[in-house]
Amino acid sequence: MSGRVRATTLRGVLRIDRATYDAVVAHARKDHPDEACGVVAGPEGSDRPERFIPMLNAARSPTFYEFDSGDLLRLYRDMDDRGEVPVVIYHSHTATEAFPSRTDVSYASEPEAHYVLVSTRHHGERSGLAGDEVEFRSFRIVDGEVNEEEVEIVESYLFGHTPTTVVYD
Amino acid sequence: MAIEVRIPTILRTHTGGNKTVEGSGATLGTLVDDLETKHPGLKNRLITEEGKLHRFVNVYVNDEDVRFTGALDTQVKDGDSVTILPAVAGG
Repeated sequence: MSGRVRATTLRGVLRIDRATYDAVVAHARKDHPDEACGVVAGPEGSDRPERFIPMLNAARSPTFYEFDSGDLLRLYRDMDDRGEVPVVIYHSHTATEAFPSRTDVSYASEPEAHYVLVSTRHHGERSGLAGDEVEFRSFRIVDGEVNEEEVEIVESYLFGHTPTTVVYD
Repeated sequence: MAIEVRIPTILRTHTGGNKTVEGSGATLGTLVDDLETKHPGLKNRLITEEGKLHRFVNVYVNDEDVRFTGALDTQVKDGDSVTILPAVAGG
């Protein structure tokens, strides 16, 4: 019935720039102990997470997240207008590991997206002390099957397009 | 004229890859029945065995979430625009 190609077991990779990575982690820290959520959009077919879009967790809960339905419609409309797709869909776990829960898997409905899980269970006040850390992992979730992938942090995407913000160190 | 229905990526396997399809009906429920005749399998992805909208999908008629306008009984007419989006949620 479905013409979709089944997920292979090949390990993929999420390539994400430092500034976006930091922004996702900062959002997760800020909303702790509630779950934080959002999207990093990018041009369709590019697999490049370029536009960081933090979303409100309408559930405002330490154990659940959900984009507000009105926000969701505006987000998808906006991405559509720009020729973008959600390259990364991220959310945080605030008491458990950075691995998709059963609920996460049942809701996952973007087979092309990188599902990023951030855990703030050991986060502190950026103290630099041991134990102040945030886990950051990425997964593909296709037809209920979870495959972890590597996360590669690049300094920035400077080629082939005009980034909205470029920091020259 | 017909009712334009925007289909999310995950359901395009039922529409031959099309982002947009057309259908007709007086309510969202009858529109979904009409879509099912042309795109078999779609209805199951939207409606539960109990005949309610799945918790996992959001459906909007002209930008209004149908959860607030009568769900499957929401009235629709030619020229309306229906958008289906999977909820982005988890635990």
